[in-house]
Amino acid sequence: MTGANVLFDAPGPRARRRSLIISIIAGVLVLGGLVWVISMLAAPREASGGLVLPGQFDPTRWDIYANPAVWGAIVGGITRTLQAAAVAAVLALILGVVFSLLRSSTIAWVRVPTAVLLEFIRGMPVLLMMLFILLVASTGQYWAVVSALALYNGAIIGEALRAGLASLPRGQREAALSVGMREMQSKMLIEFPQAFRQMLPIIVAQLVVLLKDTALGFIVGYNELIRTTMYNLSAFYGNRYLFSLFFVTLVVYLVINLSLSWFARWLSRRTASGGGGRRGPKGGQPVDPTQGLLVVQASAAAKQSYVQPGSL
Amino acid sequence: MDVVIDNLPRYLDGFSKTLTLLAASGLLSLLFGTIVAAMRISPIASLRWFATAYTELARNTPLTLVLFFCAFILPYFGVDLDYMILAIIGLSYYTSPFVAEALRSGINGVPVGQAEAARSLGFGFSQSVGLIILPQAFRMTVPPLINVFIALTKNTSVAGGFFVAELFTIGKELANANGDAVIAILVGVAMFYLAITIPLGLLAVQLEKKWVVAR
Repeated sequence: MTGANVLFDAPGPRARRRSLIISIIAGVLVLGGLVWVISMLAAPREASGGLVLPGQFDPTRWDIYANPAVWGAIVGGITRTLQAAAVAAVLALILGVVFSLLRSSTIAWVRVPTAVLLEFIRGMPVLLMMLFILLVASTGQYWAVVSALALYNGAIIGEALRAGLASLPRGQREAALSVGMREMQSKMLIEFPQAFRQMLPIIVAQLVVLLKDTALGFIVGYNELIRTTMYNLSAFYGNRYLFSLFFVTLVVYLVINLSLSWFARWLSRRTASGGGGRRGPKGGQPVDPTQGLLVVQASAAAKQSYVQPGSL
Repeated sequence: MDVVIDNLPRYLDGFSKTLTLLAASGLLSLLFGTIVAAMRISPIASLRWFATAYTELARNTPLTLVLFFCAFILPYFGVDLDYMILAIIGLSYYTSPFVAEALRSGINGVPVGQAEAARSLGFGFSQSVGLIILPQAFRMTVPPLINVFIALTKNTSVAGGFFVAELFTIGKELANANGDAVIAILVGVAMFYLAITIPLGLLAVQLEKKWVVAR
């Protein structure tokens, strides 16, 4: 349904003019809303006791950014956020591979408990897991954040890899076994590389989510970017800078996340055109982690249920 | 285990707050998400740009930062609302673009041939959309939407960090009060979350399986 114009007759000159006029009116309304918000922010406000506070764009609310120490603190916060995200991402990838192997094991005693564990991990909030690790294992905030993120995202990546493994053509595994490879060799040398490649866009998108979730560290007390700016710096310099600090934090997050999302999209385009997208989530569409995963899982399940009668 | 049973009223109290958050922000985000999705596929260019910018902005901001804005900066600007309502605003803002994306991808997932076939049979716009496109789009939209709501359920816990006494906060307080039974208390909290997320997840998988094969 990408070509929505199938639904209409081709617009004539009058319809085109009308849609242009509506477009301009809507644009003016949106711009007007923006201007209103900005003017509200810029207007000086009266506080209690006849005190007049300067507007949000007044230089006195932004003068701390002339101080290099402030930038030093912000960069420190960014570093701690990225560090937690990087360590958690590596651990999550390793855990994902382990989980997917255990989950697709032929031994029921391994497979079933892993499935239950994965459901448990995926079903509860990451924040609760952070608190659990913090209080029960008393690891300190950093490791609480990192290991909770690694566990949660490892479970999701594991599920993605398993779906990728299940959706591979069965001939791949049969061919590997018939040239004399062992089960494990076939898994690691033949099936995994293909499943990993097919699931790469989903995995990268999940890692972007992981990066965003490091912000939960704010609540359990890990000194990441939001805690650094919105808590430490705003407590030190005063509430006056609350909005400007929020603005800077937002911009930093947007820059990091948008460039990562852009990278994920580029990667999914690249892998899709490289002949790897045999049975991947539909070709050129932007990949949404949960959705692509659902499609592949369903097609894998459908395939299994379809294959069974013949193989028995 | 005794700790959980002894404190069951508090658990249920928190659980009802969590459910309130889930229901209110679920409904609101469904509403806003539908509007945003309609804007994104509308023929009016400026609405499309606005909706795209909104989606990118909201999806790339961490939820913690959004809720911080609602709980600290809005009151600083003189917005005088209950923290519960502020949290609902933040959660709806954060969830609505995900709803919009799920809806949009559902509509985009219907093959163009379906619309072409309807048009070539002489169906008008409302007939082809109402009878052909939407019934199919709905099937492809419901499972991803359920997944969005599962994520929302888990995200309500973040509101616990911003003065809303829901399940997560209750768990934290109980764990602080009963230092000897932290594991039992937190597992109890997890069970309440799982009671929402696991049935929803099973439902999504079931529907997806049923409908993908049928197609």
